[in-house]
Amino acid sequence: MTPVLRSDGLTKRYGRRPALSDATLSIPAGRIVGLVGPNGAGKSTLLSLIAGIIAPTSGTIEVLGSQPAASAAQLAKVGFVAQDTPVYSALSVGDHLRLGARLNPKWDDLLARQRIEQVGLDLAQKAGRLSGGQRAQLALTLAAAKRPQLLIFDEPVASLDPLARRAFLQSLMEFVAELEVSVILSSHLLGDLERVCDYLVVLVGSRVQLAGDVEDLLEEHRRVIAARGELDSLPPGIEVIQADHTARQSTLVVKDTTGLLAQVVPAADVERLDLEDMVLAYLTRAASITAAAPARRHTEQPLEAQR
Amino acid sequence: MIDFHLDLRSGVSPYQQLVQQVQRALRLGLLSVGDQLPTVKEVVSKLAINPNTVLKAYRELEHLGLVTPRPGVGTFVTQSLAGESLAAHEPLRAELRAWLAKARQAGLDPDSIEALFMTTFREATEVTR
Repeated sequence: MTPVLRSDGLTKRYGRRPALSDATLSIPAGRIVGLVGPNGAGKSTLLSLIAGIIAPTSGTIEVLGSQPAASAAQLAKVGFVAQDTPVYSALSVGDHLRLGARLNPKWDDLLARQRIEQVGLDLAQKAGRLSGGQRAQLALTLAAAKRPQLLIFDEPVASLDPLARRAFLQSLMEFVAELEVSVILSSHLLGDLERVCDYLVVLVGSRVQLAGDVEDLLEEHRRVIAARGELDSLPPGIEVIQADHTARQSTLVVKDTTGLLAQVVPAADVERLDLEDMVLAYLTRAASITAAAPARRHTEQPLEAQR
Repeated sequence: MIDFHLDLRSGVSPYQQLVQQVQRALRLGLLSVGDQLPTVKEVVSKLAINPNTVLKAYRELEHLGLVTPRPGVGTFVTQSLAGESLAAHEPLRAELRAWLAKARQAGLDPDSIEALFMTTFREATEVTR
């Protein structure tokens, strides 16, 4: 099956400032991909590159096997909902559906109308007077009724209250179950991502820190708690992502792709991580590297050695 | 019909939680042979979780020989886990209730009761293993 996204060395710079650096990804179809990272990490840039709204400075990108936005057929394959789920405030909900039908060759009017009724939206209501949750539902319906193969959302639930957020995710998951569409969404809300995502991309400081199948990643990462000094020499293949030390104790988050961890550390000292803790370990690591970067030229150690 | 729930703090992966909840319902006789599990779409729209998670849980239950999918209809229970011990559940539950009442009278709060039960339970099951 054609991957949803394949990129190699994908880079976008604004002037000298890198917004996305050297992103090499291969994401299989049929996944719900969570894109996480702090503000300014490059999440929106990556999503805009996938949607074909902006062009890369260098590197290559293929979405569903073709260049983003290369043709009308390619545009029809991708549904993109920008940040804060924008709609036309002067137009009614019904106007949006008519517009959708006129602009999209594969428009599924039955699906759209059923969904609008199900979430209780009034066709005559002006979109500008909808609540945030209703607007998000309208934007989701428009994107899904286009019947794309890939749906992209930039922070779809960030501004919603918990109830509207849950309702939005429920609707989105129903669409996925019904339409067999791949999804890429960015979010700060790691708990939500843990529910819905089966593929994860962590982006910090314009660089991909981690990407992969969520279950594989959770299987590879462990928290190890041991007496201070006991964990100083771990075999190669076990990467320390985060380390916290007290006078007596060390707490490490490690990535072990070798399966060697069980041989060098007693099982009682090893804990599974949930998605939130795993992601936080990478965000913390990236933040400390960024903080340490200005002092880099004064130290003899290259930056890589700190990882 | 079984009603699923999800505890993200439990450290158990979502798909395993679904599997365990079906197994528990089978053990307690809440589900029996011929009963239908909720459709993938029903679970997904209730819990707001990835459809693949539900599919994976149902595949695992099928692999365990507990359910069988009927294409286009749904997923049905084909084996019960309740067995002959089910008849003993009610009297045991009554005894447990009486014990809980005693513990509360002795001044234990719910957390202490749970802790006492779990430590005793672990000790006892370790010995018999």
